[in-house]
Amino acid sequence: MTAVVLACGTSARPAVALEPYAIAGDAIPAPLAGLSGDAQRGRAVVLDRTRGNCLICHRVPEPDEPFQGTIGPPLADVGARLDDGQLRLRLVDASLLNPETVMPPYFRTEGLRDVAPQFRGLPALNAQEIEDVVAYLARLRTP
Amino acid sequence: MTTRAALFIGLSLATTVATAQEIRPGSAFLSPEMRRQQSDEARNPGFLWVEQGEELFSRRSGEAPACITCHADPERSLKGAATRYPQVDAGSGKLINLEGRIEQCRTQRQRQPAFGYESPELLGLTAYLASLSRGLPMSVTTDGAAKPYLDAGKAVYERRQGQLNLSCRQCHDDLVGEKLRGDTISHGVGTGYPAYRLEWNEVGSLHRRLRACSLGVRATQFDYGAPEYLALELYLAARAKGLPLESPGLRR
Repeated sequence: MTAVVLACGTSARPAVALEPYAIAGDAIPAPLAGLSGDAQRGRAVVLDRTRGNCLICHRVPEPDEPFQGTIGPPLADVGARLDDGQLRLRLVDASLLNPETVMPPYFRTEGLRDVAPQFRGLPALNAQEIEDVVAYLARLRTP
Repeated sequence: MTTRAALFIGLSLATTVATAQEIRPGSAFLSPEMRRQQSDEARNPGFLWVEQGEELFSRRSGEAPACITCHADPERSLKGAATRYPQVDAGSGKLINLEGRIEQCRTQRQRQPAFGYESPELLGLTAYLASLSRGLPMSVTTDGAAKPYLDAGKAVYERRQGQLNLSCRQCHDDLVGEKLRGDTISHGVGTGYPAYRLEWNEVGSLHRRLRACSLGVRATQFDYGAPEYLALELYLAARAKGLPLESPGLRR
């Protein structure tokens, strides 16, 4: 990744060095930092409004979640449409595929502007959380 | 209601701003019930603030003249005034919104301490003055001295910001009508502010609302009255040119 660091103002803390990853086509084939994901933990990240908060834009097969967004594609069968590596890249930084995307970059700290002090230098999700969400999404296979 | 609707349609046709015909007021995104409630002064809780502001407008504090001492017959003399804010202040050359103008009168002409953003007094007075322009078309000046501020506001609107890396435009132009959780994304024109928001359980300023948007994308929350929000307020008002002022609006 060759993201250029734009002016981010003064950082509240030194940027966390994110685990490096390699892109192949539209995927990041290898798990971040070699971590293995846990689908149950991933589900919690997806639903948690302070972490993934994915339902603000996406729909998932969770009948107890009444308010689900319509901005991103429905995720009920996303595990059948995309493999783990493709899911991973879209979570890490979907703008690598589409510069105009509204999907936030969940594993990126560079090239962002006016980040709130409490989030500066931090990715929206850490490597373990990314892997957990990949594991959860990979199991969604019923449209 | 029918008068207002007719007025709105007439003005929409008359306006020269190309976007005004596409951009809809905040009330267009409310449920019919909430829309009725917003229109009904007896059921819109924002009018409690309007009443307090109206009372304050005539009240003297100490030696200072009351607002009404200079602004006699405000229902006529200040009708439409709110539709022209923010505007460039002739004295300072700086962009000033309705809150800023009230505070300027308060400190410079009445020689009283400023109320401060989100104080009940400033919210009340702002809501009262805005209510005198209810249903009238937004008509801010965007050329001349206002142009650099308009451009700055457009830049704020269009640039990605925050950890979630989103611009105002991405949601409020490109995804209007879509659902963000249970909420429908509007054009974000701000013509209902100060507004009574159910989430707040009280009336709040446009800048309070903008700060909530900043937080939502995990971006720096600028101070109330900050240049970034003032410029953005002008840009939003320019987008809303010709739309009826709705304050006190009722919002989720």
